This record gives sequence, C-alpha cells and structure tokens, in this order.
Amino acid sequence: MGLEILIENVLNALAAGITIGCIYGLMCIGLGLIFGIMKVVNFAQGELLMLGMFASLYLVTGGGVLAFLGPFVGPFVGAILAGPIVFVGGALLHKALIARVSGLRTAGTLDEGHFGQLIVTLGISLILQNGGLILFGSTPLTVRTPLASRAFEIGPVYGDATVFLNKARLIACAVAIITAVGLWLLLEYTRLGKALRAAADNPTAATYMGIDVERAYRIAFGLGSGITAIAGGLMATYLSFSPFIGLDYVIIMYSGVVLGGMGSILGAFWGGLTVGFVQQCSALVLPPQLQNAAIFVVFLLIVMLRPQGLFGRSAERA
Amino acid sequence: MRQGAAPRLRRDLIALAVLSAAYLAATLFVTNSYYQLILTLVPIWAVFGVGWNILSGYGGQLSFGHASFFGIGAYVTTLALVYWDLTPWLGIPLGMIVGGVAAILIGMPTFRLRGHYFALSMLAYPLAILYVLQYLGFQEVSLPMHRENPAAYLEFTDPRLYTVVAVGLLIAGIVACMLVENSRFGLALLAIRQNELAAEAAGLNSWLWKMRAITASGVIAAAAGGLYACVLLVVTPDSVFGMLVSAQAVVVTLFGGVAAVWGPVIGAAILVPLASTLNAELGNILPGIQGVVYGAAMIGIMLAAPEGLFWTVRDAVRQRRTPAAAPRPQPAPPSQVRAAPPPPATARPARLHADRPLLVVENLSRAFGGLRAVSQVSFSVNAGEILGIIGPNGAGKTTLFNLLNGVLSADEGRAELDGVSLRGRKVHQVARLGVGRTFQVVRAFPRLPLRDNVIVAAYGAGLSDAAAIAASEAALAKVGLSAQADLPAGQLTNKQLRLMELARALAGQPRLLLLDETLAGLGRDECEDVLDVLARLRDEGMTIVIIEHTMHAMMRIADRFVVLDHGRVLASGLPRQVVEDRSVIEAYLGKKWLAKQEA
Repeated sequence: MGLEILIENVLNALAAGITIGCIYGLMCIGLGLIFGIMKVVNFAQGELLMLGMFASLYLVTGGGVLAFLGPFVGPFVGAILAGPIVFVGGALLHKALIARVSGLRTAGTLDEGHFGQLIVTLGISLILQNGGLILFGSTPLTVRTPLASRAFEIGPVYGDATVFLNKARLIACAVAIITAVGLWLLLEYTRLGKALRAAADNPTAATYMGIDVERAYRIAFGLGSGITAIAGGLMATYLSFSPFIGLDYVIIMYSGVVLGGMGSILGAFWGGLTVGFVQQCSALVLPPQLQNAAIFVVFLLIVMLRPQGLFGRSAERA
Repeated sequence: MRQGAAPRLRRDLIALAVLSAAYLAATLFVTNSYYQLILTLVPIWAVFGVGWNILSGYGGQLSFGHASFFGIGAYVTTLALVYWDLTPWLGIPLGMIVGGVAAILIGMPTFRLRGHYFALSMLAYPLAILYVLQYLGFQEVSLPMHRENPAAYLEFTDPRLYTVVAVGLLIAGIVACMLVENSRFGLALLAIRQNELAAEAAGLNSWLWKMRAITASGVIAAAAGGLYACVLLVVTPDSVFGMLVSAQAVVVTLFGGVAAVWGPVIGAAILVPLASTLNAELGNILPGIQGVVYGAAMIGIMLAAPEGLFWTVRDAVRQRRTPAAAPRPQPAPPSQVRAAPPPPATARPARLHADRPLLVVENLSRAFGGLRAVSQVSFSVNAGEILGIIGPNGAGKTTLFNLLNGVLSADEGRAELDGVSLRGRKVHQVARLGVGRTFQVVRAFPRLPLRDNVIVAAYGAGLSDAAAIAASEAALAKVGLSAQADLPAGQLTNKQLRLMELARALAGQPRLLLLDETLAGLGRDECEDVLDVLARLRDEGMTIVIIEHTMHAMMRIADRFVVLDHGRVLASGLPRQVVEDRSVIEAYLGKKWLAKQEA
C-alpha cells in the first residue's frame, strides 16, 4: 500500500516535471535568446513573463476580444497571441532604453556595458512590477480553463498507482514545444535568422556586411520577450499570478539558461526543462513553502559549480 | 592613511558635523509624525546605501541582494528582543555580527562569480531567506512595548529621538566609510573595480579585499536593518528581505553618487522623502508608486549621469573652475624625461650573479582545445639582462606571459624565479614574489590619479604607508612622470600611460619585469624616450623580459632574443645571430621572400 502511494507520487511528479519543464524550457529560451544574441543581461525578463500572463488574461477573459473562443481553446490562443503583443512591447523597450546601454555602443568597453544593463533592466523590472500593481491590482488571478482540473489517466500501472496527466499542462507543453521548434526553424533557415546569428557572432563585422545590427538586436529583444511571454500565457492556465510573480521566475530562468550554457538556444531549453523537472520532484520531499527556496538553492549550486562556462571573461585577454 | 587624504578627510568631517547639526536642528521643528518618520528613515536608508557603496560602489561588485544583510539585522534585533528580552542597544550590534558572518558565508562561494552572475546570485539569497522565514512562521513579528524604562529598549515617546539615533548611526557609518576611502582598503577596492587583473598583477589579493568589503558592507547594512525594525516596530519578510529593500540600497547610492561618501546621503535625502510623500499622497490609488519612482530614478540616472549626482555636479563645478584657477599640468617635455633625477635610495633588489639565471622556463606548454598556444617553451633569463621575445602575431608571446604571471595555468612544464616555482600561483602571489608586469593594452585605473595608480602596487608588495609613498614617488621619478602625479590616469597620453604601467610595476619592488609590447602605438621619438628608461633600469640592475614587434627597437635594447612561432621556440641567442637565422626570416617574411633573396 505504502509502496503504491510512493510509486504514484513519484510517477506523477515525473510527469508534471516533464510537462512543466517544457514550458520552463520555452521561458528560458526567451532569456537565452536575448543573452545569446545581444549579450545583454536582462533583469526584467520575469516581468516580460508576467506581461505575457496578463496579456493572455485580458485577451480571453471577461470582455476580451478573444472571449468568444471559450474556456477550452481561448487560453491557449491567448497565450500564443501574447507573444506578438509582448514582442512589440519588447522591441519598443529596446529602442527606447536597452539600446542606449547595449549593442554597438558598449561593445569593447571594459565590462561590455553589463553594469548599465543591470541597472537599467532592474529599473524596468521595478517599474513593470509596481506599474503592474497599479494597473492590474494585487489579487492573484488565473486564466481559467476547465482543462486545468481534468486529466488523462494512465494506468493503474502498479497496484492502484495511476499517472494523471493534467490536460491543460499537456496542451501547454505541446504548444511550448511547437513554439520552440518554430523559433529554431526561424533562426536556422531564414534570412532573418542568419542576420541575427551574424549580429550575435560579430556585430562589427555584421555591420560591414550590410546588416543593420541595431535592428537585428531590436528584433532579437522582441523575440526573446515574446517567447517568454508565450510561456507566461501558457503558465497562466494552470497557476495564479500577480504582478510580482516575475521575481521568482527570473531566478528560474537564469538557472536554466546558465545550466544549459549561456548563448545556446537548445541548451536553454534543456536547462529550463531540467530546472522544472527538479522543482517538481522537490515537491516529493519538501513542503510547498520551501519549494521556491529550493529553486534558489539549486540556482546557486548551478552557478557555483559551473562558473567556467558562465562568465565569458574568465579567459580574459591580457 | 593614503597620501593627500588628510585635508580631504578634515574637510569631509567638518561638512559632516555641520550637516548633522543642521539636520537635527531642523528635526526639532517638525511636529507632524509622518514627516518625523521620514526624517528618521532618510538616515537609515542612507546608512544602508553607505554599506552597499563599500562593496558595490568602491569595490564594483554589484549586489542586488543587500536585503539579506538588512533583513538579518532587522530579524536578529527583533527576535532577540522577543525571545531573549535583549535590548536593541545590544540586539543591533548582535545583528551586525550575524550580518557580518552571513556576509562572509555568502561572499566565500559567491565571489567565484563576476559581473552579472554575481549580481544575480546575490539576489537569490534574500529571496531564499524570505521563503524560509515564511515557512518558519515569522510572517509578522511585532516588537513588544516596554512601559518601564523604554529608553533602555530603544523606545521613545518622542519620535524625534529616533531621528537622533538614526543620525548617530549615519555619522558612524559615514566615518567608517571615510576611513575605508582614505586607506589602502579603499584604494584596493577602487583598483579592483576599475581593473581587477591589473590590481592582481600589482600584487593585490582581490578575493581577500572583496571579502573584507562584503563583510564591512554586511555589518553596516545589518545595523541599518536593526534600527529600521526598532523604528517601525514590526518586521515582515517582505518589508526587510524584499526586492524593494535591495533596490533601495542600489537606487539611493546610484542616484547620489557611486563610490562617494556623500552619494548615498544625497540619494536618500532626495529620493526617500519623494517616494514616501508620493506613497502617502497617492498610495491609495497608485499602490506601487514608490517602486515606479525608484525604477524611473534608476533608469534616468543611468542614462543621464551614470556615476550619480555627486560626481556629475563635482565635475561640472571643476570644469568651470579649472581654466581660471589651475591650468592642467602640461605633459613633461621629452628632455625632462631624460633628465629624471637619480632614484632615491629605496630597497632595490640586490644584483644576482650574472651567471645564475633569475628566471628558468622549461618545457612550458598550454593548449586551448586543439590549439597549442605555447608548446614546450624553454629559456632562461640572467639577472640584469634584457631578454627580447619576438615573433609574429599569434605566436603565443602574451600567452607565455600569462602563464608566467598566473593569469593562465600551464598544462605542463616548469617556471622558476630564483629557484621558486611560479606554477600554480595566483596572479597576486606571483607579483609578490617579485614579478612586475605591464599589459599589451594598458590597464590603468583611469579615474585614479597617477600616484594612486602606482601606489597600488607598492601596497600590493606589502609596504607600509610611508614606504609605499616613497616607493611610488621613486618609481614615478624613474620613469619621469613626477610632474603628472596628480593627473587622473584617464587624461594621460599613450606614452605616459605606458610609463605609468612601468612605474606601477616598479613600485611593486620587482626582481623581474615582464613588459608586454610597451612600445606599441608610440611614435619614434616616444619610443626612444621609453627605451632610454628601460636602458637605465637595466643599468641599475633590473632584469627585464620584453615582448616587442618592432625589430629596430629590439635590436637597440635587447641583450638576447627568444623567437616564438606557433607557440614554439624557433630560435634564441644574440640579436645578430637571431636576425640572420633562416627559420626566423621565414617565419617573419615568408618562404617566398627567402627564396627570392637566395635566388
């Protein structure tokens, strides 16, 4: 009997870990894209996630324009459409603020402009959090879908042990994977993708090749924002959120991106997947209040144990 | 005490006394309890900013998680009062001790990281503590009231007395910061912030200085947190460990002035009343207004005046004054360089026997992936000679230096200075053994005056204050830069910068100098001046290894050559022999050229 419960708990944690992990993976890709292409340290990525959640919320609930889609399809369409909305927001943010402390302006300076980027994005993060509080209020909200309380049952696999696959998360997971693959195709096989990769590789040379590097960066920042926002919209279907949710997730995102190796899109996905997996499995042994603390500990461990892959300046040219 | 610190310190102390007196006098006339609270909070947040400034301003280690220390101070003070009935007069010092210990525990692993990883990791600590406290059930802890003898428990019926205590704490914090700023501690931090590798090469153990900085920083932040709890009489994890708390330290200091004693004070005096007033007036309709104001202040100051108000205003004032009052000292004419006074008698390394090599390098190798950047390199340097290392671009010359002075670790081989192995030593340890180094791209501390740039290395060598001042003066005189000693390094010409780096290396009392393309980017005349300085150093018994491209200069100065190509030693010997070596000509000019010559 005890064994059956244990097996059931473990299997369900694994299932939840993989589905949530894929969504985290998508979320991390957004941050990984921005760092990988622009070398910008974006502290406000968590708030972009939050914006994705609210964008989806306002699209599909209450009097939103997509409310007619109903509670089954709507939340997922809303999540996907949060992408382009936040893309525009991100691109504007880059044009107005980020571009002033990054890109060709800071290339070759002593710290590549990271100090300025940290401060400016921390400022953006504070404004979005607290501005969000003003606009959206502090009540925890969620994009309701009946699917969140329905599950596919697999089993019983051992005795009475059954695996439950939450339908909302399963669909969200599928959308996340499709989005990630779509982004990969975009980067790999289109002119735009080539330009982005060239701008990432060597901005100065890319400029000489006629690539508008600032525009490429703007698009990259928008893409990174939009991708994370889609992940946010997907997460909004199964958890409740408030304007301050970004703080928890910015740490998760950096854990994933660092784990996967900075700058690699695929790595960011695997990193996010792993972190989500670990987080869900930690639910087996930790009380719920400590799960978030566990994420920070995991983050610190990841950052401490893999420092060589982390700061590109370790092999600084003397 | 640093050179020239005394007048500045006296001026700052007078300003501190006058400002504190004026602030307290103004406090007497405020009767509205809300404004009284703001008057108390300004110095508290300023203290917090002062603490942050030591680590992140002077030391440049950006921390987004200083709420850890603030919150620890607040919670230790509160819990000690609640559970042990310990008066905050002792509880706050206890909190400071715990804060300092926490800073050491946090610093030890986290200083393995740099830049944004450090900043981000620091953020994780307060958030993790926040969740743990919530889990432990300390959501909201009130400080109990003491009706009898309240002052003994830091409780006052007249709220203005809280302001007095807060100002007292701020004075202590500012004095502590002044002591840091005007000692070798502050100079070490400024040097590390501006160029960590150069600081290491000057003999500073940057890890140790950073640990000291975070400890001092944590102690001060904990003091601010402890008093904050006493003033507000209730603590919650969010109010002392939250993101806004960490942001507060960042924003008041950035806004007021990074790495300036007065920065956090100016920032707090402007931003705290502004944000509090807005919060009081508009908090009901716009609940997050305080955070928005802080965020906007951060972005605005970063884009408009990235060093903060203090420096921007000071630079503006100085610029207006400079043309009239004190024209900038002109760079010394070349003749002055040649006529540099003989070096004063400082401890100079005794000249070794010329038949005994000072530096022995054997089979030193280092690969980056598949690229063998330095491969089986062997040579030796006799005491008192100048060895020139030449070779085409990418030959591994700089990598060789990096292996010798600890920037990189060798895969195999041996490198010994006077019988002591250099392998496995950190950069600052190699420097302390007596290896001075200059860099291919000058690594100055641009904001520091020339004399401070140089004295860093004297401190790095472990000299006392007086000896360090003497050593740096002597080094500056040797390279002929005494007249420019007060100029910020950022204003020097290329030649002066090269000579400055040389002086810095000399101030560290080296036995061996490693000079990486010291002549790069210099005109012919400038080259001659630097070569003269080098020749004079050799005549005084200095041993020098120099990397150089220009064959002409090398022929003039070097006693022997080592030629590197593709990481290997191609040839070595007397200059004349080496330049006539077939393989050397081939490496430099190509096979075709050689064939044409022979045809």
